[in-house]
Amino acid sequence: MTDHTDIDTVSGTATTGHEWDGIKELNTPLPRWWVIAFYLTIIWSFGYWVVYPAWPLLSGNTPGILRYSSRADVAVELANLEKVRGEKMQALAAASLADIEKDPAMLALARARGKTVFGDNCAPCHGSGAAGAKGYPNLNDDDWLWGGSLDQIAQTIRFGARSGNAKQHEGQMLAFGKDGVLKPDQIVTVANYVRSLSGLPTRPTYDAAAGAKIFAENCAVCHGDNARGNQELGAPNLTDQIWLYGSDEATLIETIANGRAGVMPAWEGRLDPTTIKVMAVYVHSLGGGK
Amino acid sequence: MNRPIKPQELPYDEDGPLYVARRKVYPQRVSGTFRRIKWTLMAVCLGIYYLLPFVRWNRGLGAPDQAVLIDFPNRRFYFFFIELWPQEVYYFTGLLILAAIALFLMNAIGGRIWCGYLCPQTVWTDLFYAVERLIEGDRRERMKKDAAASRWTLRRVSEVGLKHFIWLMIAWWTGGAWVLYFDDAPTLVKQLLAFDAPAVAYIWIAILTASTYVLAGHMREQVCTYMCPWPRIQAALTDEWALNVTYRYDRGEKRTSVKKAAELKALGEHVGDCVDCYQCVAVCPTGIDIRNGPQLECIQCGLCIDACDAVMKKIGREPRLIGYDNDINIHRRAAGKPPIYRTVRPRTVLYGVIIAVVGSIMLYVLATRSLLDVNVLHDRNPVAVRLSDGSIRNAYTIRLLNKSGFDRVIAIDVDGPKNPTTHVVGVDSVTPDRPMVVIGRDTTSELRMLVTAPANDNPAKSIPVRFHVTDIGLGEVASATDNFVAP
Repeated sequence: MTDHTDIDTVSGTATTGHEWDGIKELNTPLPRWWVIAFYLTIIWSFGYWVVYPAWPLLSGNTPGILRYSSRADVAVELANLEKVRGEKMQALAAASLADIEKDPAMLALARARGKTVFGDNCAPCHGSGAAGAKGYPNLNDDDWLWGGSLDQIAQTIRFGARSGNAKQHEGQMLAFGKDGVLKPDQIVTVANYVRSLSGLPTRPTYDAAAGAKIFAENCAVCHGDNARGNQELGAPNLTDQIWLYGSDEATLIETIANGRAGVMPAWEGRLDPTTIKVMAVYVHSLGGGK
Repeated sequence: MNRPIKPQELPYDEDGPLYVARRKVYPQRVSGTFRRIKWTLMAVCLGIYYLLPFVRWNRGLGAPDQAVLIDFPNRRFYFFFIELWPQEVYYFTGLLILAAIALFLMNAIGGRIWCGYLCPQTVWTDLFYAVERLIEGDRRERMKKDAAASRWTLRRVSEVGLKHFIWLMIAWWTGGAWVLYFDDAPTLVKQLLAFDAPAVAYIWIAILTASTYVLAGHMREQVCTYMCPWPRIQAALTDEWALNVTYRYDRGEKRTSVKKAAELKALGEHVGDCVDCYQCVAVCPTGIDIRNGPQLECIQCGLCIDACDAVMKKIGREPRLIGYDNDINIHRRAAGKPPIYRTVRPRTVLYGVIIAVVGSIMLYVLATRSLLDVNVLHDRNPVAVRLSDGSIRNAYTIRLLNKSGFDRVIAIDVDGPKNPTTHVVGVDSVTPDRPMVVIGRDTTSELRMLVTAPANDNPAKSIPVRFHVTDIGLGEVASATDNFVAP
């Protein structure tokens, strides 16, 4: 940094006086417009401090005279979303379940909204595609514990099963073994009898007549004389191909011995009435609805 | 000739800087054949650009009646009798291929025809120069005014101000016409005048006003020289047979003034036709000297041909000392042979064939374009459902596309598992085996369809399934394939 007057002959520009191995550094200052713009941005930043939130304080920060807040922006956006949604949802709120399913536009809206709400609330048990799991019914099929009509589905969503709600679906599979109603060998017999009802293979040694007798005395009350179930009590049809917990002998013995009492929560009060309506239409439209 | 060039042989001025500051170009007024062609093409290009949005085309009730319309909100592109949907943008790929090859063909035949006559940058710059000449005077006058010591007199300020005002008005009209292609033009004009148009219209007018004003008014030939890739590409594409605006140096050299030429001729010495009047340089909108041979900066607008022809006529010599020609012919003439022109050669034939093939494919695709279409998406979760009686059900999302201008009644047939039962959610069809739905004109409709294979006829594993959709009225058919999956 000694001699600034050294002029490079090729470019006609002054050098900085730095030299490395005979290579000199040209002194090419930033363009004036750039420097001016840079200083202007610095001045501009002072305006920012005044207008916008800027300096941290012990609790919070300086709010700025515009009182800008990105949280407030989000609140406005959410309010707008609710407003837009509200207008569309009003049509659904006014329509009956059957009418929603008959109107293509309302059906499309209900299915789109239903898919989202299902994912948020129902998917943990029933699966994202409502395919269910052991103990959690598949909502795509045509086998319904509590009925598969639009109104019955809506009813189950609102009040649940064994949910503790005053209007819940009641009834449960009793623990015939644990409570000492049936002896272990009787349980094995009736389990094989139940398997025979839907054409599944049975033990060669099992006594079909004894099984039928035990079934008639203990099970037919809820499951019906022909074992076709009773939706009033949530008693499943034992003659079809769909098994909530499994159809193998061990699982059936476990079910008969210890009982079953799966819980469907009540959603009334947690979801608004229109959303429950949308859910009923969505579940019904999955394919199994009656 | 691939001998490496030694550094000392490079034609650089070793003492000068590598950067050359821009020298402002003051093109002189000129008249002649090519100037007339340029005026005509300018009128045609600008006329099409400004008036096309107002051309109407009847597409029936409820459809827009603008001949050329890019309808972003409804995702439709209208071009006279053609209506394209977003999934058909590949037509634009075809158009771009055609445009590129047409550019190559032009280049192979007549050099930078696009640059000199048709490019928007050239057309608008030409218009802006015309305004400048009209207000500030011709070349010498403008140079004098810019160089004057007391430049900013009231008269000069008002002159320059008027020029920029007119430029801005032209630029504003450019942007104004641009937005008319995206909405119903007459309605939008009314809205614009009442300051009632959508904000996006004003924003785009502002953007295009600014770009037109800056590019055509201020940057001018620098856009062609520094920004545009085409000069570089075309230099790589050209060959020795392509006709370019060329100074016929065989005839022009040695440059001699008229007076001196007479003297030298009397002495029996050879003199060229070029009188070194610099008229070709004066009229050049990129400020180059065509006599230095082919140059990147030259847009080949032909104005130097007009300028030179005028001079030649005045001094009673043959015109076209500068003309569309190539080096081959210059050498042939110098050797006393007649010039030859080869418009038909392998590359022009190849370009022509490509244009014909691509054009035919596009026409064929357009002519056989289906107005009814169907897409099918299999449910992913669950892929298959076993029903209580042992039958298997698969669910599909079906999207029907009706690209025609009328409503259709569509029947859906399923061809896959044996004896299937089908059901469209939300549709109580009068024909249970063959669901029928209505789709509105120019729209799509998404349906959920359930296909059930009976218990005694279950497919053992995944089998293909075909969905046929048939327009009941017209018999038009479309189909899509998917799979029927067993759990």
